[in-house]
Amino acid sequence: MSPESRPSISRDDVAHVAHLARLTLTPEEIERFTGQLAAVLGHAEDVAALDLAGVEPTAHPLPLMNVLREDEVRPCLDRDEVLAQAPAAEEGRFRVPRILGEAP
Amino acid sequence: MTPPAPGSGSAAGARPGRSAVETADAVRAGRLTAAAVLEEHLAAIEARESELHAFNLVLADRARAEAAAVDESVAAGRDPGRLAGVTVALKDNLCTRGVETTCSSRILEGWKPPYDATVVTRLRQEGAVVVGKTNLDEFAMGSSTENSAFGPTRNPHDPTRVPGGSSGGSAAAVAAGFAGLALGSDTGGSIRQPAALCGVVGLKPTYGLVSRYGLIAFASSLDQIGPFAGTVADAALLLEVIAGHDAMDSTSLDAPAPSLLEGLDGGVEGLRIGVVSELMDGVEPAAAAAVEAAAHALSAAGAKVDRVSVPAAVYGLSAYYLIAPAEASSNLARYDGVRYGLRSEGPGGSADVAAMFAATRAAGFGDEVKRRIMLGTYALSAGYYDAYYGQAQRVRTLIIRDFDAAYRSFDILLSPTTPGPAFELDAKTSDPMAMYLSDVCTIPTNLAGHPAVTVPWWPEGSGLPLGIQVLAPALGEAVMLRAAAALEAAAP
Repeated sequence: MSPESRPSISRDDVAHVAHLARLTLTPEEIERFTGQLAAVLGHAEDVAALDLAGVEPTAHPLPLMNVLREDEVRPCLDRDEVLAQAPAAEEGRFRVPRILGEAP
Repeated sequence: MTPPAPGSGSAAGARPGRSAVETADAVRAGRLTAAAVLEEHLAAIEARESELHAFNLVLADRARAEAAAVDESVAAGRDPGRLAGVTVALKDNLCTRGVETTCSSRILEGWKPPYDATVVTRLRQEGAVVVGKTNLDEFAMGSSTENSAFGPTRNPHDPTRVPGGSSGGSAAAVAAGFAGLALGSDTGGSIRQPAALCGVVGLKPTYGLVSRYGLIAFASSLDQIGPFAGTVADAALLLEVIAGHDAMDSTSLDAPAPSLLEGLDGGVEGLRIGVVSELMDGVEPAAAAAVEAAAHALSAAGAKVDRVSVPAAVYGLSAYYLIAPAEASSNLARYDGVRYGLRSEGPGGSADVAAMFAATRAAGFGDEVKRRIMLGTYALSAGYYDAYYGQAQRVRTLIIRDFDAAYRSFDILLSPTTPGPAFELDAKTSDPMAMYLSDVCTIPTNLAGHPAVTVPWWPEGSGLPLGIQVLAPALGEAVMLRAAAALEAAAP
């Protein structure tokens, strides 16, 4: 998509992105964020408009490869200490609200 | 106002006239107790913390116990370590076992990590005394510390102004004499920018030199922990302690920790120093003038100084504000009300887990964090990924290439650390883009993974400090600090 044809971000886009990011936003927040995100993306048009065909992307500053170690048993975090910090725990596990809906 | 010499103490703060290097030497030799050092800092905190709000948490009782343990070691003839009795303040995004770690966010309020960050373990092994957890922009997202959920930190040199950010609490703590040293994190300038605005030394190490284990992640390809200090030598000492390989961080460089204090006074004779043209454009005249004066001083000390162009640096800010939010949107997905921190069921309770996630994140995150999560999610979403995130990653390649070319002709580079001095509270809070521009000079370093350090520079007749930024290629900390020490000696 060329920069000229890229539409400015709309309120519907912001509402959609909020859903993807699992953020409940008020109508006022959607209104405010739409203008602010458009300003930042407008500034980014200098980058979006560059012709960088043939330039490799850099995801990471170092040429790091996967780091492997021997598969041996080592101490890990204490389960009770970890669960003590959870909003809700039960029988050695994190407790959460219903994940699946009622069967139809 | 007379510019305070490092460690001299000033109207701005009660920093003791003793560097961290001197403190550790005196405590190890038994000439000074860690307990006495700590009480000086606690007295400074008592006098000004209510005005400045550098800390989220002051750990007076724990610190007293740690200081007593250091003094017992000395009395028993054991060496407490290279930071014996030196007080250190920790940015509140560094995990401390059993001690609240909040990232200045409601979503982590009350959370007590089940482990220590590697840097914290290394501090304790060397006899440091942890005085508290410092305030920051929520999740390190900001340039003024005004994005903290617990209220802003104020600049010790002028409390109507911001200390910079995101590590504003750490910068203010060192500037005000609340701690001898501090640790912060730097993703786009979050150590160097507040250090410059508070008149202290701040250093971002080469990516991978310091373990990030226990640093709460913001943008993982950019984040790096580094020191705040009153002097260049103190920053070098702290970096020596925290640097080095750690098996708990897969991005940790498998290289020996560098030797930095030795040779620090070597001077700049014959050093090739380039002033980065692109980072001089658009800054306030005083900031550019300070760099010219610094370059002149280094030239007088025997360095060969010239202008250099790093053309792609002008795209750094745009690329950063696509890459960093993209990585943040992924990293912050873990705050969902399941394993730690806040859970909100929303009005009337959540019917299912997805509704709980959304209600928790809406209640727990502040405006700036939401804005960046949204920006990052958008930049990564279908149809825009290549146009924004992909382009930004290609720009990152260009920036690295241009720096590499500059370092073929120069040993180190010089620039302003910030476009200007500390600004007033609320001056930029309503305009995110204006706030983001505070980091224009510091961001290119993070994108390249290189080190950089800021050295305080007090312009004649000004009551507010500026910073001179010294940049170096990857793992160039030793030569970078040697130049920084020469600048410190020449500073007005």
